[in-house]
Amino acid sequence: MTAMIELTDAQKTFTMHLQGGVELPVVRGVSFHVGPGECVVLSGPSGAGKSSILKMIFGNYRCDSGRIGIRHRGSVIDLATAEPRQVLSVRRSTIGYVSQFLRAVPRVATIDVVAEPLIVNGVAREEARARAGALLRRLNIPERLWSLPPSTFSGGEQQRVNIARGFISDLPILLLDEPTASLDAANRAVVVELIAEKKTRGVAMVAIVHDDEIRHLIADRIVDVTSFAAAA
Amino acid sequence: MSEPSHLDNDEPLLVAEGLAKNYGPIAACREVSFALYPGEVLAIVGESGSGKSTLLQLLSAQLAPSAGRVSYRMRDGVLRDLAGLGEAERRFLFRTDWGFVHQDPAQGLRMAVSAGANVGERLMAVGWNHYGRTRDTASTWLERVEIDVGRIDDAPKTYSGGMRQRLQIARNLVTEPRLVFMDEPTGGLDVSVQARLLDLMRNLVSELGLAAIVVTHDLAVARLLSHRVMVMKGGRVIETGLTDQVLDDPREPYTQLLVSSILPP
Repeated sequence: MTAMIELTDAQKTFTMHLQGGVELPVVRGVSFHVGPGECVVLSGPSGAGKSSILKMIFGNYRCDSGRIGIRHRGSVIDLATAEPRQVLSVRRSTIGYVSQFLRAVPRVATIDVVAEPLIVNGVAREEARARAGALLRRLNIPERLWSLPPSTFSGGEQQRVNIARGFISDLPILLLDEPTASLDAANRAVVVELIAEKKTRGVAMVAIVHDDEIRHLIADRIVDVTSFAAAA
Repeated sequence: MSEPSHLDNDEPLLVAEGLAKNYGPIAACREVSFALYPGEVLAIVGESGSGKSTLLQLLSAQLAPSAGRVSYRMRDGVLRDLAGLGEAERRFLFRTDWGFVHQDPAQGLRMAVSAGANVGERLMAVGWNHYGRTRDTASTWLERVEIDVGRIDDAPKTYSGGMRQRLQIARNLVTEPRLVFMDEPTGGLDVSVQARLLDLMRNLVSELGLAAIVVTHDLAVARLLSHRVMVMKGGRVIETGLTDQVLDDPREPYTQLLVSSILPP
């Protein structure tokens, strides 16, 4: 099996210059891998560094040392040392990220927010919108809301728009940061289904979920982040 | 590790090497080197006096550097030193292949002639001589920047600040430039007007595949528009990287200060 994600001894420390240069170690010695069709759930208490690890894999947080190997278009690229434009290329065609909150762009209709990742990758607008609509329907967003910008929606609705946007593309890696946090039981079940479908298509996933039941349903493997805690 | 080769394939559009500008004993800009790729949006951030506007003028050949050079890939595919360009090539850059959006629209527009003429003028400068076609294209561009076509014969001095700025953008983009320089494009506008303008610019840049260099002191503008950011202080680039990385995980003390000074939304 070829790993889609392979972290080797990754380390991250924040240096807070405005607080007298205090060093805030986040994680160290982070090593694990994720294969195609596998969902790895990161576990550990709040503040253990789960989200930081996810952000390092997305290239949003820098990695001080170690390696973050990502299988991208047939070869392996180390995101810890990649150039900005390589990171952008990885995000366009390899890694998707579903964050807890939607960063809404003003004035863009919900259906277009969801369809955008497909359009960026060359799917025709009509087809992209059709697929966006299908996903929004599954996530119980009523059709009368599709033409409105999601910034006016409730927290739960925005979360579902965000999930639709994250799951619509055919990217081979997905990072999920509490995808079910503010959802009701019916919508949580939809997300569990979506994750199962991604697995059958060989998508590698890393997830953070606090709900034990959901974790049990989606995790193929659990990586305990406590072991990477950087001793302060 | 094997690096995917296709990522290195496309060639930079503009390359700055060791750029510096001194005003007497004062170094307004020092040792700036970077490459800008087609379709890439680079934000230059920093506070007043950090050297960002001087850098923009150096990059757009409006100011001669004290040291270093700027090269640009002309449409024939050859990367050429801007200092060595002939007059015809410079004219081609300024009139066609580059756009320049000023903070003050009065600097980039002719305030007393009609909006249609402001847009059409750039086309006529590159040889368009058919009145009807020029006017049609100007109308299309006014629509694209959300200006009521009924205002085509009005002069921009009768426009609001936001409309003037949108007109300036239309005037710049009508010749299908490959690179646009923007100096504080949303400065001096109301917040609601800024949001609309930013959204419009973001869409145009991605639809047209434009490369852009945007000078701004507003980190929200950098986050919304740019792929990459350079933070300047005292004439030097002190930190550079992917925009969300620099803003979410700033390393340098000055960048941390800038980021921490943003009011939460």
